[in-house]
Amino acid sequence: MRRLLPALLVVAGWALLALLVGRLPLEPDRIDLERILLSPLAAGGLGFDDLGRPVLDRVLTGARTSFLVAFGVVALSAVPGVLAGSLAGYLGGRLDAGMVLVMDVFLAFPGILLAIALAGLLGPGIDNLVLALATVGWVGYARLARAQVLSLRQREHVVAARALGSRAPRILLRHLLPLMSAPLVVEATFGIAGVVIAEAGLSFLGLGVQPPEASWGSMIRDGVRYLLVAPHLVLAPGAALFAVVLAVNLLGDALRDRLDVRSGARERRTAA
Amino acid sequence: MGEKLLEVFDLRTRIGRGPRAVRPVDGVSFHIRRGETFALLGESGCGKSMTALSLLRLLPPAGRIAGGRVELDGENLLALTERGMRSVRGNRIAMIFQEPMTSLNPVMTIGSQIGEVLELHKGLRGDALREKTVELLDAVGIPDAARRHGEYPHQLSGGMKQRVMIAIALAGEPDLLIADEPTTALDVTIQAQVLDLLRDLQKRYGMAVLLITHDLGVVAQMADRVAVMYAGQIVEQAPARRFFDTPQHPYSRRLFQALPDSSKRDRPLTVIPGSVPPLDRDFTGCRFAERCDRAWLHCRTQAPGWFDTGADAGVLCHLFDPGLVPETAPEATQEAGAASPEAPAESGSQPLLVVDGLQVHFPIQRGLFKRTVGHVKAVDGVSLDIPTRRTVALVGESGCGKTTVGKGILQLIRPTGGSVRFDGDELTRLRGERLRKRRADFQIIFQDPFSSMNPRMQVGDIIEEGMVAQRIGGDRAQRRARVEALLQQVGLRPEHAGRYPHEFSGGQRQRICIARTLAVNPKLIVCDEPTSALDVSVQAQILNLLKDLQASLGLAYLFITHDISVVAYLADRVAVMYLGRIVEEGSVDEVLEDARHPYTQALLSAVPDIEPDSGRAIIRLQGDMPSPANPPAGCHFHPRCPKARDECRRAYPPETALSPTHKARCFLLP
Amino acid sequence: MRAWLLTRLLSAAWVVLGVASLVFLLIHLVPGDPVEMMLGESAAAADRQALRETLGLERPLLAQWLGFLGGALRGDLGQSLYNQQPVTALLLEHLPATVELAAAALLVTLLVALPLGVLAALRRGSGWDTGAMGFSLLGVSIPNFWLGPLLVLLFSLWLGWLPVSGRDGIASVILPALTLGTGLAAVLSRMVRSSLLEVLGEDFIRTARAKGLAPLTVTLRHGLGNALLPVLTLLGLQLGALLGGAVVTETVFNWPGIGLLTIEAIQRRDYPVVQGCVLLIALGYVAVNLLTDLLYARADPRVRLGGGA
Repeated sequence: MRRLLPALLVVAGWALLALLVGRLPLEPDRIDLERILLSPLAAGGLGFDDLGRPVLDRVLTGARTSFLVAFGVVALSAVPGVLAGSLAGYLGGRLDAGMVLVMDVFLAFPGILLAIALAGLLGPGIDNLVLALATVGWVGYARLARAQVLSLRQREHVVAARALGSRAPRILLRHLLPLMSAPLVVEATFGIAGVVIAEAGLSFLGLGVQPPEASWGSMIRDGVRYLLVAPHLVLAPGAALFAVVLAVNLLGDALRDRLDVRSGARERRTAA
Repeated sequence: MGEKLLEVFDLRTRIGRGPRAVRPVDGVSFHIRRGETFALLGESGCGKSMTALSLLRLLPPAGRIAGGRVELDGENLLALTERGMRSVRGNRIAMIFQEPMTSLNPVMTIGSQIGEVLELHKGLRGDALREKTVELLDAVGIPDAARRHGEYPHQLSGGMKQRVMIAIALAGEPDLLIADEPTTALDVTIQAQVLDLLRDLQKRYGMAVLLITHDLGVVAQMADRVAVMYAGQIVEQAPARRFFDTPQHPYSRRLFQALPDSSKRDRPLTVIPGSVPPLDRDFTGCRFAERCDRAWLHCRTQAPGWFDTGADAGVLCHLFDPGLVPETAPEATQEAGAASPEAPAESGSQPLLVVDGLQVHFPIQRGLFKRTVGHVKAVDGVSLDIPTRRTVALVGESGCGKTTVGKGILQLIRPTGGSVRFDGDELTRLRGERLRKRRADFQIIFQDPFSSMNPRMQVGDIIEEGMVAQRIGGDRAQRRARVEALLQQVGLRPEHAGRYPHEFSGGQRQRICIARTLAVNPKLIVCDEPTSALDVSVQAQILNLLKDLQASLGLAYLFITHDISVVAYLADRVAVMYLGRIVEEGSVDEVLEDARHPYTQALLSAVPDIEPDSGRAIIRLQGDMPSPANPPAGCHFHPRCPKARDECRRAYPPETALSPTHKARCFLLP
Repeated sequence: MRAWLLTRLLSAAWVVLGVASLVFLLIHLVPGDPVEMMLGESAAAADRQALRETLGLERPLLAQWLGFLGGALRGDLGQSLYNQQPVTALLLEHLPATVELAAAALLVTLLVALPLGVLAALRRGSGWDTGAMGFSLLGVSIPNFWLGPLLVLLFSLWLGWLPVSGRDGIASVILPALTLGTGLAAVLSRMVRSSLLEVLGEDFIRTARAKGLAPLTVTLRHGLGNALLPVLTLLGLQLGALLGGAVVTETVFNWPGIGLLTIEAIQRRDYPVVQGCVLLIALGYVAVNLLTDLLYARADPRVRLGGGA
């Protein structure tokens, strides 16, 4: 537990910032041409960007974007995904065969590509970003839930419940979902890390959050041009992003060990 | 008898560290002579396998040998370097394991798996290596060895895999072969083949064999001398003949009494109460005292010493201390008092369940369009009656379809043909809500009590589940009261309702499963190998419970099993299945005493008898059971039948009535 | 084996059909008028009508779909709206760069992941294990679009050893390949470790030890052969992440491959080119997975020789 303390602190800080950032006296959008590209050493804080905006304020505000997108996308993909996957697995037949084909088609698009294409076509904006990532993300949960249901429904306590005359909803709720929850929770934890990277990645490509709104990804995108003269523009948001993703991954690893999920949640990265 | 080959002195093994370290082997001493078979007998968890692994120093990572000596030809193996030990393993001492399915490397050919031993210990290369490998495969009875040499393990049956394991063990021409439950995972007719082979090879190569088993019958067939292990110690040692004539230690005697057989049919089996104590603590008295009917105060306070009772024989028990006078009456005869009243013989009793021509065919689908290219005829025309208050045993080897019959009757798998009438209702036509309601009448108990309960549910909720599903048993308070009553009925305590399944032993879990079925007041229970995952002493408890419940509740059982002794003890009628069909059916006496079908005869004769040298001829079956996807034409049994004739290859034999209650399907019958 | 192969090929064909259809539908699923999206709201009515006709948007959806599939089969994916070149020609022009990058990244991955994973499993619990798994965790957590600039900063701008961007000679591929390969190496080394550990707990490893074989022989001959089978499957799946990641990495390094073309096309609202890029990458992925499945079948006798007993 002590080993996890730094990770817990980072995640708690991230969540707290996301909730409170509106009430803090930050000026992420204040342009000041006097301070353009000033480094942290020269100006204090985390320095200033190409429009003279304070990098620290922008990094803190960016936390809200990544937090909202991450939890929004995981909720919007996990709930329908688990529902679709477990129903298909439990009911079987044509429904299942159809679902498998749909999943195979979605999974045939490598990594983040489909989200890039969708976000590109839908146009910029945080809503479209969430929509694009959820459209791609549900498949992973559906596949995991279906595999779990298929292996669990063979178990003898499920057969015994059928033999006792229990109805399908009760069997799903009492016998299947509780036993599936561990791998799903682990998958969702890694999912959060994946979405954080994906959001930043799409914003980096110019497909996500639009200026002047602050996102770690778009900050890196803007900063790359000044890499030689003002590396802090890339280093600061990247470090924040890296810390959050690392912390969430650490928690995911700990959860997996704790819940003894053996290779159930595949080590998969949604993002670049 | 020859000279001593292996001597073990006061061997102690620990698993884990610190004060809670488990001591599976706690002061074990024995010796094995050249060329003899020494059996180490015991129930699961007694430390017999750990003893074997300690000899080879192959303990799991957390294990270590804490003391003692293991001398092979006078050389202490525990003092050897790891490199030195490697020249012993596979060379002077070889080992075969219980699970032939997982003990071979799936991606290497069987030839190369044997070959690497020859290369390592015999220095063979090239053609000589190949020749010797083929010779070994030949020696263990693998047909067409030259071709099979290049096959992979998954292409062989379980029995064949175990033969390959034996060939690997033989490759180093060892002085000692350790066989750890070598036939436990195999069917009884295959077990007979493998035991025969082991006996043959032992004679031919003059090896000593350390046979580790829980099966008294296997010991009787194989062993020269026997040691009984209990809770990490050897509690009795004797020459086999003497052991089977007069077992001395109270534990050994109880083991014999707990074995079901036909002579005990009218009374409950003697059980050993309780279970094996955990081995992570110190013992003050005798380890068996808690479960021993002859223990007195002294047994609980003073650990017994070893007392010799003859040449090569001795016992670890205070009863044999000449300096002590036991403070107990002669052995309690528990069985006399508790005899259950036999259900009145209603010869003309109404059949509760009538199965007629039951078929369960699973389609074999290939390709993208799931085209059906054939069927696995798991059950192919089974007819069977089960009267009320009676037990019908369905007997057969693995893969014969007996479990599928049970699930087909219960409509857990929908039959593809035939009829199942229960109390006048045609179950195969019941659908939806009507079937769901009807399910209360027929229940099922499974083999594995570990996976048959939801680990996340409390025992009380597990038992209540059926009442909730069927909306019976009144309000919640009434249902909870019923749960407590049921727990008591199956021999558990009411407060167990608040615990989780993992807190119980295997036998206790099976009791909970029984309580779960009783909650919905069934008339028929399908018992699918309910005791085959349990030790003999625990099996006896469950069999007694099932018999009691039958008498008091008037239950009918369909008892699915491969264990003939359980059938002899429990069943009223017996049906024998082979490859999806019933080949013989009759009353328990007719089938077991006067079997007429060649398969039944072979099956019965292959069961190891606990009378050593009973002189009974064993009918050896060749080969394995064919696949139900592609059964042989004619009588399914003809390729393995010692009496097969021409007509057997052409058509499936019709049913022959041998008596009003006994019938079989074989052309040889009049 | 032949039946298995046929089944596998057929199911891949279905997936390809599904993929092509989804790519076709991409434009139609997006809310709003695609023509308006492409030209902007201020475009003249005549221009809109012209584009509508060029794209065949007047025809019924089914006819458009069949037309798209038929065209794709003939290698005709339409024309770029931006510079009127055939999409197929554009794809072919950019493909070699992406293949080169992917191959180099895969090489990096294998060179790092295999030794690291095996070492971590064999020295379980030691400093080696902790170090390897620490690297793995870092590698999984670091985004390409940050790692890339960091590497550029260090090796190009400060040390001046390697070019900043572009595709010019062997040196220019090093940084992109490192960037793209790190994440995959991190995932794969972890998989190699856990797979090997699992195999080393199997019964047949005990059999091998009971033969008196030396520990190294047991690990390499009996352990690794089995442990790499599931790794192979995972590698195929992970190559997807690699191909997807190539889009980002190519953007970072201005690497003239399919990924960069995709992003440029999105920015120019050049929808036929976007469709072509997505289709090509997805098909590449399907092909790669088919290939790893075939390799798996070659390596595992249980698949190669069928069920048996």
